[in-house]
Amino acid sequence: MTQSMPLWEVFIRPRNGLAHKHAGSLHAADEVMALQAARDVYTRRGEGNSVWVVPSAAITASDPDQAGENFEPTGDKIYRHPTFYEIPEEVGNM
Amino acid sequence: MTVYHALLELADDHLVLGHRLSEWCGHAPMLEEDLAMPNMALDLIGTARTLYDRAAALEGKGRSEDDMAYLRDERAYRNCLLVERPNEDFAHTVLRQLYFAAFMHPYWIAAQDSTDGVVRGVAGKAVKEMAYHIRHAGEWVIRLGDGTEESAARMRDAVEALSIYVDELFDSSPAAREAEAAGVLPVRADLRTQWDKTIADIFGEAALTLPEAPYPQRGGREGLHGEGLGHLLAEMQSVYRAHPGAQW
Repeated sequence: MTQSMPLWEVFIRPRNGLAHKHAGSLHAADEVMALQAARDVYTRRGEGNSVWVVPSAAITASDPDQAGENFEPTGDKIYRHPTFYEIPEEVGNM
Repeated sequence: MTVYHALLELADDHLVLGHRLSEWCGHAPMLEEDLAMPNMALDLIGTARTLYDRAAALEGKGRSEDDMAYLRDERAYRNCLLVERPNEDFAHTVLRQLYFAAFMHPYWIAAQDSTDGVVRGVAGKAVKEMAYHIRHAGEWVIRLGDGTEESAARMRDAVEALSIYVDELFDSSPAAREAEAAGVLPVRADLRTQWDKTIADIFGEAALTLPEAPYPQRGGREGLHGEGLGHLLAEMQSVYRAHPGAQW
């Protein structure tokens, strides 16, 4: 089945102006059938107004074994968060 | 024969086909279709409910949509024969769906000008649903027809088996003619050109040919049905008949 029906990742945009978000995955023979299946499986309760499907094989994922070197170095760089800075009263609302 | 009977024919078409599709629930060949089939079933049953409700109001005997669906026997059902055909395999199911949706889509487009407000309301919603049913069933017909040796053979078998039920779609019963004359429902025969075109486009891609049907089957509009409808109704009506007046 995985040969004739490869895996696809489904992304749905809940409203205009928002980004497409990953909703799940499904099996389908090609992109046309994948879009239909995405509509049938993931938009039954008015979840969105636009659907993307991407072959799962086209996604390059980060290696879980490299999670430490990828993501931990940001942990102590709290000055990257806007809340780190005190805004002078005179500036007012930003 | 009245508009009431014509709406009943239309409602029966939708309920019976909706029930047939619902039989795939839990049994479809893949999870994706296990959701797609009931999705389409619910579109059809939703349409049937509104039409039964409207028909019951026109009849004026205080019957409910449930009474219409669950308390009429086989001979009182007025659906066309196509919609009651058994699911058989997936090829039969998607072809039956394509044949019906290719008829109902232009039907609802025309019905948007109905003199009946309820029919206009149903039409506005159903026209979008039928467009999707054509697309969903049509893409499957193309892939099965132009697929493997096995899928192509099954698709050809389905075409052979179901094409004798096509002509009945375009016949107008005396009740339908009355509703057509009153501007409530579209003239069925007028939809043939569009149906032929929809099917020819899809069959062209599916490497299928529509066979001549020299002996088309008819009788559904007079209550003369195949053996399968009795079994379908027995199952569908069993709960309501065992618990008359049950609400859900």
